[in-house]
Amino acid sequence: MAVATSERPNRQVDGGFRAPVGNTVRERFTQLVLFLATCVALVVLVTLLVDIVRDGVGGLSLNFLTQYTSRVAENAGIRAGLTGTLSLMVLVALMTFPLGVGAALYLEEFAPRNRWTRLLEANINNLAGVPSIVYGLLGLSVFVFFLGFGRSLITGALTLTLLVLPVVIVASREALRAVPREIRDGGLALGATPLQVALRQTLPAAIPSILTGMILSLSRAVGETAPILVAGAVGSRRADNEPWNLSEAYTAIPIQIFDFVKRPQEEFQIQVASAAIIVLMTLLLFMNSAAIIIRNRYARNR
Amino acid sequence: MALVLTLVLAACGGDDPATPGTGGSEEALSGNIEIDGSSTVGPLTEAINEEYSVPQPDVVVNLGTSGTGGGFERFCKGETDVSNASRPIKDEEAALCETAGIEFTEVRVGTDALTMVVNPETDYVTCLTTEQLITLWGPDGATTWDQVNPDFPADPIEIFAPGVDSGTYDFFNETLEIEEPRQDFQASEDDNVIVQGIQGTPGAWGYFGFAFFQENADTLTAVEYDAGEGCVAPSIETAQDGSYGFTRPLFIYLKNESLSRPEVADYATFYVQTVQDVIESVGYIPEPEEDLAAAQTAVEEAVAAAK
Repeated sequence: MAVATSERPNRQVDGGFRAPVGNTVRERFTQLVLFLATCVALVVLVTLLVDIVRDGVGGLSLNFLTQYTSRVAENAGIRAGLTGTLSLMVLVALMTFPLGVGAALYLEEFAPRNRWTRLLEANINNLAGVPSIVYGLLGLSVFVFFLGFGRSLITGALTLTLLVLPVVIVASREALRAVPREIRDGGLALGATPLQVALRQTLPAAIPSILTGMILSLSRAVGETAPILVAGAVGSRRADNEPWNLSEAYTAIPIQIFDFVKRPQEEFQIQVASAAIIVLMTLLLFMNSAAIIIRNRYARNR
Repeated sequence: MALVLTLVLAACGGDDPATPGTGGSEEALSGNIEIDGSSTVGPLTEAINEEYSVPQPDVVVNLGTSGTGGGFERFCKGETDVSNASRPIKDEEAALCETAGIEFTEVRVGTDALTMVVNPETDYVTCLTTEQLITLWGPDGATTWDQVNPDFPADPIEIFAPGVDSGTYDFFNETLEIEEPRQDFQASEDDNVIVQGIQGTPGAWGYFGFAFFQENADTLTAVEYDAGEGCVAPSIETAQDGSYGFTRPLFIYLKNESLSRPEVADYATFYVQTVQDVIESVGYIPEPEEDLAAAQTAVEEAVAAAK
């Protein structure tokens, strides 16, 4: 970074200094290629969004959120999926936060550097890359059958918790690692125990980045279909899910989208499914924005 | 409040055996009903659930679509109260239920006409006989249409059909008595994928449930089936009178033990009373009145026996 700055000073708005613009053909060509690469990603995203919004916006209304599913496209709603998804989110957040942050704190602040910890770390990193369907099968065999939770909300929440836990641990460790050494040393120098330093100094300093990781992981959990489909989410329900009714059967927005798309009627496949996708995307957008806002606010305060 | 109501109702039910679940019962019931099984019957059951939520909003019906076989597996473990099926229960499945001590009542609620379709450009294929279908779908499947019928042009054949796990695939093979059909076809568990495949491919042939044909009748051509007594087109009439060879029954299987719960008894009764009103809206074929009356009697008797 420092080297780059000395060779090519940043653009300055006020000073009238212009960064050198690439003047050889080769440099201009490379810049064009890089620009096009950005465009491809953007064009795909915009096309997808425009297409979904065009198909689905007509199906959006307050009734779509407050009604259960129906055999008539005009009356169909995603209330069951919405309450299910929100309940899953609450439960996954409640379980992931203590487990993920606890594991990260241990590994980063307390664990001895030996072969076992390295093995543990390698495993956690590998788990973050395991396909989500595998977690679904794990949920089915362990939670549904072995522990006897059945096809209930808690099974879905536990399955998704396992799915995002490695990501949360990795993100939380990164966050803890970014806390300056001086903060820890300062605390220890003033006579605090390592535990006091970890809980009162290091963790609070890392919390904003941890929260960002948490929210991004939650939004991944919310968008997942395969694991909860395998772990027993039901396709159709005409009742709400609440996070405290752990043994209730459950459904979620992605499951409902899957159900809509499979129907014979075109209105369901296109309009109703697109409307449900818009709701899901809006939810994800809100969560990702929250993550960005938290990060920015903290960056300003520091 | 709901709990008190349930207790009162349970008490009432116990005291007064003369008040069976009459379907659309005046009393407010509550409870959970677990249903799984055929994805073909799923939309029909879902339509019933929608209607049932009007008189009984507190009865929660959880409906899954694991397929007929998957549904029976759960049913015979005692996990579900009702199982949807697009074929009768197999002997080995019934044996599982018996081992687990689960007695059930089979209720036929409707009919589906499995429909063969071709791309509209393949307009020369209007009717296929059993032998021609065996040439087409058998183990050494034909690759061009003139192998199926010398009168057809030598256009290449493309097949889009349900995957090997689906009941539709099983039913098609059983009807044609083919044990090992060809495997070089584009398989999908999603019927819409089959529809799109055939729509976009000249020379394409495939099959799926009547509902999917009805929704796409303007872009696909249905093929008549000659089971030996002349070409018959799939329709509500030919399916009801049985002249169309690819008709299949749609069932719900009721767990007898669950019928002692007032909400399940009421739901089952409501199902057979309402099915005629909704079945055509989900693309299936209603039972003739007398057959449905028999189904209603069967449910009544099962409910009475469970008391």
